[in-house]
Amino acid sequence: MELLLQQVLAGLATGAIYACMALAVVMIYQAIDHLNFAQGEMAMFSTFIAWQIIQWGQPYWVAFIAAVALSFVGGVAIERILFKPLHNAPILSNLVGFIALFSILNSSAGFIWDFNIKTFPTPFGTQPLLGGGLIDTHEAGMIGVTLLMLALLYLFFRGTRLGLAMRAAAHNPESARLVGVRVGWMTALGWGMAAAIGAVAGMLIAPVVFLEPNMMLGVLLYGFAGAVLGGLTSPLGAVIGGFAVGLIENLAGTFIPYFGRELKLSIALVLIVAVLMVKPSGLFGRPTVSRV
Amino acid sequence: MTAGPEETIAFEPAPAARTGLTARLQHHHLAIAAVLTLALVAPLAAQSFVTFQLTLVMIYGLAILGLNLLTGFNGQFSLGHSAFYGIGAYTAAILMDRWDISYVWTLPAAGGVCFVVGFLFGLPALRLQGIYLALATFALAIATPQLLKFRPLEPLTGGVQGIVILKPDPPDFVQHALSGLHLKPIDADQWLYYFTLAVILVMFTAAANLVRSRTGRAIMAIRDNPIAAAAMGINTALYKSLTFGASALYTGVAGALGAIAVQFVAPDSFTFLLSVSLLVGLVVGGVGSIPGSLFGGVFVLFVPNLAERVSTGLAGAIYGVILLLVIFLMPSGAAGFARMLAARFGRRSRSI
Repeated sequence: MELLLQQVLAGLATGAIYACMALAVVMIYQAIDHLNFAQGEMAMFSTFIAWQIIQWGQPYWVAFIAAVALSFVGGVAIERILFKPLHNAPILSNLVGFIALFSILNSSAGFIWDFNIKTFPTPFGTQPLLGGGLIDTHEAGMIGVTLLMLALLYLFFRGTRLGLAMRAAAHNPESARLVGVRVGWMTALGWGMAAAIGAVAGMLIAPVVFLEPNMMLGVLLYGFAGAVLGGLTSPLGAVIGGFAVGLIENLAGTFIPYFGRELKLSIALVLIVAVLMVKPSGLFGRPTVSRV
Repeated sequence: MTAGPEETIAFEPAPAARTGLTARLQHHHLAIAAVLTLALVAPLAAQSFVTFQLTLVMIYGLAILGLNLLTGFNGQFSLGHSAFYGIGAYTAAILMDRWDISYVWTLPAAGGVCFVVGFLFGLPALRLQGIYLALATFALAIATPQLLKFRPLEPLTGGVQGIVILKPDPPDFVQHALSGLHLKPIDADQWLYYFTLAVILVMFTAAANLVRSRTGRAIMAIRDNPIAAAAMGINTALYKSLTFGASALYTGVAGALGAIAVQFVAPDSFTFLLSVSLLVGLVVGGVGSIPGSLFGGVFVLFVPNLAERVSTGLAGAIYGVILLLVIFLMPSGAAGFARMLAARFGRRSRSI
């Protein structure tokens, strides 16, 4: 029983990383209807910017806010310069655009800041908090910030005119344009917000996985899995999906005898695919949302 | 006019367009003949490393053709083709290394195994579309290298170490025939090149014929409008699964050829990144274009090396910039670009 509790806590701690990323993934999916493969690299680049500002002697929160603001601007700029011209191109061309962006960001980060592993500070400290040291204050803070971002996003999308306009632009661009929503700028705004959320996620994840150009690859892939499991249309679903991926991965590794440990990622993915067989648009995908 | 009767029926050109079509078909045949002549002569003039690279280009082209059958012609999305490539490669390596089976027979075996795996994977994938199908195939791409490393399977797969296989020598009858003609004997690289070329020719021709057939039209109808296709009496579930199988077969045969050419298989050669490369090759070559797949192979093999040569530190960035340039300049791939050039050229010559 105690082992189970420990593994659940450890799973939630890993899951928080995935949930953070899944939230950013869903944000951009809402805005542009595509999965952005470069999302993780954008977050990594933002985290490097924050690291650089801290290296220049600024306090953590100055770096944090500057990195989030710069990422927002960067996200909007990437949309305007690179992806607006591809607006009418086939999905696969967009996908290759993401792969190109991924490659450019990854390689330039390595070129500017080299590939050595760097430590990144956390504002929450790393004292053990619960479960005999399995979850510490940073991990708890990460879960807290993820939930806070989720709440803010919920309020933004449900409670403001701009949020409504963004949802309209993503859901039905033609009709949105007819009622006066500037769809192009809503998309750019979505990119900016996704980049900013990605920056927060990157800065929360970096103390755990350490800062280096390839730090986000694994995280992003499981963030995707979490987002798809939760349903790509639901931010809440993405967060729950992210936590679920972390939990399944940990529990499968511990409790499935013989091959659980070696194949735990495969098992997690196979389970997710099995869930998708039953609910093809994810656990909290659009059908459920529209009924509520 | 050399075009067969099926082609005329398939295209049903309007009378006014008929002469243009005939001319285009002849251009087409001329182009194929030219490329083929070049392909036959190339290894005689090139260094053995270049010959080896050209062999790899054809192999990647074949793998991309497999992905193209699924994505370009059937509209199903896959991030899991590295798995089929890997399964094909391992099938060939295990048969050659553990059971001493001739490399020639490993190709149908690899194709068969991959067809079955692809078909079976295609069945549950029927319920999934778009992004969700991408995730399912992504799971396949992640699971395959892990399974290949899986310890209980090590006696078969060689675990992390992989399997080393020997490069096949040219068969005696070829050398005899060459010496009979007073020609130089060919080396192993050249032989493998010609062997691959022969396989590629058969498989590309088969794919072109498949796409033009009744089955091919059913496959494309499902891509264009699944509901209308089903209403016309096409068994969409069966055709989608069969396409998945055929696509896996092509990529699997490419994998087997790749294993023979590289003489080595290891789990980490068949990761998700290989799937991404194949996808890039598909888009760059032209989605839904059979000759475009070969251009995709050229891009996948040479452009990363080219970027590396320009700048080692920024190789990835340069690769990315080239990729962006390609999709901005040729939004529908090399095949679309060629079509556009042909159309412009054709119009000018008519106006003169």
